[in-house]
Order: sequence, then C-alpha cells, then structure tokens
Amino acid sequence: MAQFSRITSQAVPLPINDIDTDQIIPARFMKGTNKEGLGENLFNDWRFLKDGSPNPEFILNRKEVQGGQILIAGDNFGCGSSREHAPWALMGWGFRAVISTSFADIFHNNALKNGLLPVVVDEEILVDLFDMVEEVPLVNFTIDLAQQSLLLPDGRAVEFPIDTFSKNSLLGGVDQLQYLLSMEDRIVSYEVEHDPS
Amino acid sequence: MSRRPEMNHRTHFDKVWEDHVVFQEPDYPAILYIDLHLIHEVTSPQAFDGLRPKGLRVRRPDKSLATMDHSTPTLPLNQVVMDPQAEFQLKQLELNCQEFGIPLFQLGSENRGIVHVISPELGMTQPGMTIVCGDSHTSTHGAFGALAFGIGTSEVEHVLATQCLLQHKPQSMEIRIEGKLDPGVTAKDIILALIARIGINGGVGYAVEYTGEAIRSLDMEGRMTVCNMSIEAGARAGMIAPDDTTFEYLADREYTPKGEDWERALSRWRQLGSEECATYDRSITMDVSNLEPMITFGTNPGMGIMISEAIPNPDHVKDPERKAALIKALRYMDLKPGKPLLGHKVDVVFLGSCTNSRITDLRMATSLLDGRKVSEKVRVLVVPGSEEIKKMAEAEGLHQRFIQAGAEWREPGCSMCIGMNGDQLEPGQYAVSTSNRNFEGRQGKGGRTFLASPLTAIASAITGQIMDPRTLM
Repeated sequence: MAQFSRITSQAVPLPINDIDTDQIIPARFMKGTNKEGLGENLFNDWRFLKDGSPNPEFILNRKEVQGGQILIAGDNFGCGSSREHAPWALMGWGFRAVISTSFADIFHNNALKNGLLPVVVDEEILVDLFDMVEEVPLVNFTIDLAQQSLLLPDGRAVEFPIDTFSKNSLLGGVDQLQYLLSMEDRIVSYEVEHDPS
Repeated sequence: MSRRPEMNHRTHFDKVWEDHVVFQEPDYPAILYIDLHLIHEVTSPQAFDGLRPKGLRVRRPDKSLATMDHSTPTLPLNQVVMDPQAEFQLKQLELNCQEFGIPLFQLGSENRGIVHVISPELGMTQPGMTIVCGDSHTSTHGAFGALAFGIGTSEVEHVLATQCLLQHKPQSMEIRIEGKLDPGVTAKDIILALIARIGINGGVGYAVEYTGEAIRSLDMEGRMTVCNMSIEAGARAGMIAPDDTTFEYLADREYTPKGEDWERALSRWRQLGSEECATYDRSITMDVSNLEPMITFGTNPGMGIMISEAIPNPDHVKDPERKAALIKALRYMDLKPGKPLLGHKVDVVFLGSCTNSRITDLRMATSLLDGRKVSEKVRVLVVPGSEEIKKMAEAEGLHQRFIQAGAEWREPGCSMCIGMNGDQLEPGQYAVSTSNRNFEGRQGKGGRTFLASPLTAIASAITGQIMDPRTLM
C-alpha cells in the first residue's frame, strides 16, 4: 500500500453531493483483471461529451488543475457500488486525498486500504475550501497525517478524524492484511471453538 | 464508539456481531470472522493476484463460493460473440478457483446465477451468519438474519487469506415498517419509499434492522428486495430477524442442515432476534398503509415519488445543495417539474437484477400480463436471477407468457442492471427498471432509468408509458 505522511498540493473542486462510484469509474471499464490504467477513465462520462471530445466545462479537463493531488467534493462521496476500482482510478489519475463532509462506508474503507486519504471536514470548512479555490485556483493546501491536520492557505489548521489503526497503516505504508495474518493463532482458536468440524 | 449492550438488551445485530468477533485490541478494529464468502468475476481477480506474490493460500475454500454473473451474456452461448475482455475475466475466475480450490458455478452450471440470488436459493445463506462479497448488494442476505455486507477487493483478499475482516462496529438503527400494503403495492415500493424519506445517506454508519408488521408479512423474496436496497440508503447492512417464514423457506434446500442437524440449527436460530428491551442507536417508523406504487424520477435511488405525485419543483426546495442536485438530475433526465411521471414515454423495460428477478417477481409480472401484449414501442427484457429460477419459470410456462406478449426471455445474470455484458440502454433512452440504481449512465451511457416494482414495470411495458399497475388489475 502507498505510504502517506504529508502532501502539499493545489486542490481540484468538485462541488457536487452524492458522487457515486458509477460516476467515478463507469462499470464498462471494469472488465480488466488488474488495477492499472483506470485513471484514464476517471469520471469518464463527465469528462467526455457524447461525440467523445473532452467536455470543456468539466473541471478535470482544465489545464490549471492538472497535477492536483487533492480532490474536494460534496457530501456522501463514493456512494453506491463497492468497486475498489474507484480509489484505483482516483489514484491512477494522481489524487492522494479526497476532502468531503462525509464518505460512503465502503468507499471509505477501500480508500484507506490503498493509501488514498479521506479527509472529513465540517460543512463550514468545506464551503470555505470551495471559496478559497474559486478565488485563487492554484492555491496550495497541506495535509499532514501525523498531525491529522489540514493546513489552509489563510494559515488556519483544521483537525480531521481518522482511526488509529488506519492512520498507523498509512503512515507506515503497511498493508492491513499483515495485521490479520499475524492473528493466525487467534483465528485458529476461534474456529476450534465455533466450528470444531 | 459503539456501545457494548447488556446481555438482555442486545439487538439481533449485536448478537450476530458478538458471535463473530475473533479478537479486538483497544483502538483497533474488530477482527470479524466470516462464515461465507461469495465471489464473482469482476471484483476478485486483483485479490487473487494479491495472494500469489505473498505465497498465501485461500484459508477456507470450503467457506467460499464463486459464480459468474456480472459480465456474462444473457443470450444463449451459441448465439453470442463474447466480448474478449469479459471472456478473459471469466476465464481468470475459472483459473483462480481451480488453483485455490474454490467451488465455482460457471457458465453452463445449473446452479449458476446472480450471486445474491443463488446463495439463498441453495440454502447457503442462513440466519446468524456473517456473509460478505465484493458487491454492495450483499446486504440482500440480511433478509435471513445474516450480517451481510459488501466489501472492496482488498477486503476480498483479506477474507481469502484469513477468513476474517477488520471492521469497526457500525451503530444500530431500527426501521419499523407498520401497516398493511394495498394490492399492487410491493416490497420494492416499501424500500423506495424509505430511501426517498431518509435519503441515500440516511443509513451511513448503521446496521439497519427492519421490524414491524409490514416486514413480517413479506415473503422471503420481498424481504430480500428490501434488504437488497439497504445500501442505497448508505446502510452498512440491512437485517430482518429470522422467523417461521425464514425457516420454511430454508427447509430442505440443498445446503441447509438436515434431520437432527436441522433441529439443532432451528433451536440456535430461534435464539436470534432482538431482545424485547433491546435499544438501538436510532429508531424510525414508517407507515405503509396508504403507500402507492413508487417510482424514481431522478439520478439516485432517493429521488422517488408515489406514482400519482408530481415531480418536485426545484423552486420549492430551500436547501441550496438539494436544489442544485435536483436541477442537475432533472436536466439529465430531461424532465419537467410539477407534473406526475404517469404517461411519460418508455423505450425499455428491464425486469431482473438481484433486487427483483426471483420467481415471485416473475409470477407477479405475468399475473398482470394476463394475455395482454407489451407495447410495440417498448423493448422488454426479462432476465431471471438464476438457472434455477429460469427452470422453475419455464416449468410453470411463465416464459411462454412473456414471449407471447412480445418480451425477450433471457439467460440469467446481472444484465442491464449494471450494463457490463452488452445489455445496455442507448443514449437518451428511458427505461423502467426493477433494478436498484438510477445513477447517470448506470444502465448505459446517457441512458435514463426509472426504478420501480415488477408490477409497475410490466404495466409500463404493456402501455408503452409510465403506468400505475393498479389501473390494470
């Protein structure tokens, strides 16, 4: 899993609520058997018009946002399908963090297992973030995971929550499976007790 | 942090959860044991690929079951040119299952079907179990009192390797559904009404338990429809405590215990269910006595109305975000606010998916057909959920009634619910669909979906426009 400690980057605003994983990566791009190349199809049906040309109005098609590693999105980001192709596509594009007021449960779990950091802020802060990016599109934000802190261009530091286990896994770049594998003895005991067959 | 309830205050969910916690360190997620891992072709290949470089085996292939459903064609195999990518993906599942010893119902197997349809019908889904699958509609199995939820591919790898998952305990929510449904109103209408009320994030962070008279009156197929769409309200899981309806459904299924084992299982299952003084983190009640058939007008499953109601007007919505979402949805759907959807033209009707493709759904639809034909302007796709359902339907002659009415009778699979297998809407087309998602492009790029019950779908197929099924009854 990709390690995450601290990033400083411009942010890409997508002020839409309830962005579902079918929009993040449409199902027809899930016929592959690996995780590679999905970034090319990120938000495919919003990025491209019916004739296949790029939609000039869609934010990800603008030159100035290329290279941005932080996505700022509306409430309930990643709802719908459980497809882990969604965080793979976001990371394939180059995103390392998504800031929103809330995330759908399965997306949240999937993101954390890939080194894509979901940053939860309250409504007021989110509105401020959208305003700041609108005023100065290239302005930088810093996300410091160890401090659980989002540093705004106006100097404010906003604390964000993350569970201790996921935080440590991300900081160390440790695959969460390692922890489960280390519990083999306990799993065996459980099986003996509950399912002696 | 979730509370740890006193023994005699435990909810059904508490009991199933606690029974499966292998271990939990302070500040760490619980290690939750998984009784049944369901696998399909789309979300598993990367998980199997994760095992190999680490030299890991599948820990409990005997607690795993794989099927092919998402990218499978719904025309007979001798009439179809397979998409090479889909073919490769299916082949990969076959090879992975061979290598790791996992039972697989592949194309041609008489047990194959949509993953959430076959496990209950084989009797593998049982009360009190933990069940996961790399598919969000795993919540379906909660209808049997199992704790069942969708997981991502990394978690699929975790379960393959350790038969366990790392999980934070969700909070609990009781959703009490009171009242008696009118004729023509179904389980699908209950769940669409509920999501319209609590919103598509109304269940985020919760394991839902459905209780109340209207739920108890549903058959298992109806309960599966309700639990199936729990995820559309964002819930981690949806559950219904088992009762005699559950046990009658399960008796004598292929994988259910037999003889003395059955009696032992029954007495264990009867211990489940919430205690009388159980407390939930949140409780809501909905009365369905005056519910009409529901239909969605927008681009998420929460944008639904009773079929005689008008499409909401953005000018009357105060909250700016909800207003923006409504405007965006109506623009995509090319619909005008202020009028009901009744009479709106329909190009395609899809009867299928893990929500509504079971034998009772097909019987319901044919009861309304009653010798009528579907409109010449409408393409009607009927896709049974499994080979077993297809066989049952054909034995009852249901397929002939669909075919004679002008509908297409297809092979089992997810089909147009997710549109991965070539069954797709054309850009701009309108579909009444018995599936679970009306997101932009879900059923094909540019396609527009109205979610509804099998009755509403078939009534709309017959008349070529959105129709209240009660007018044809």
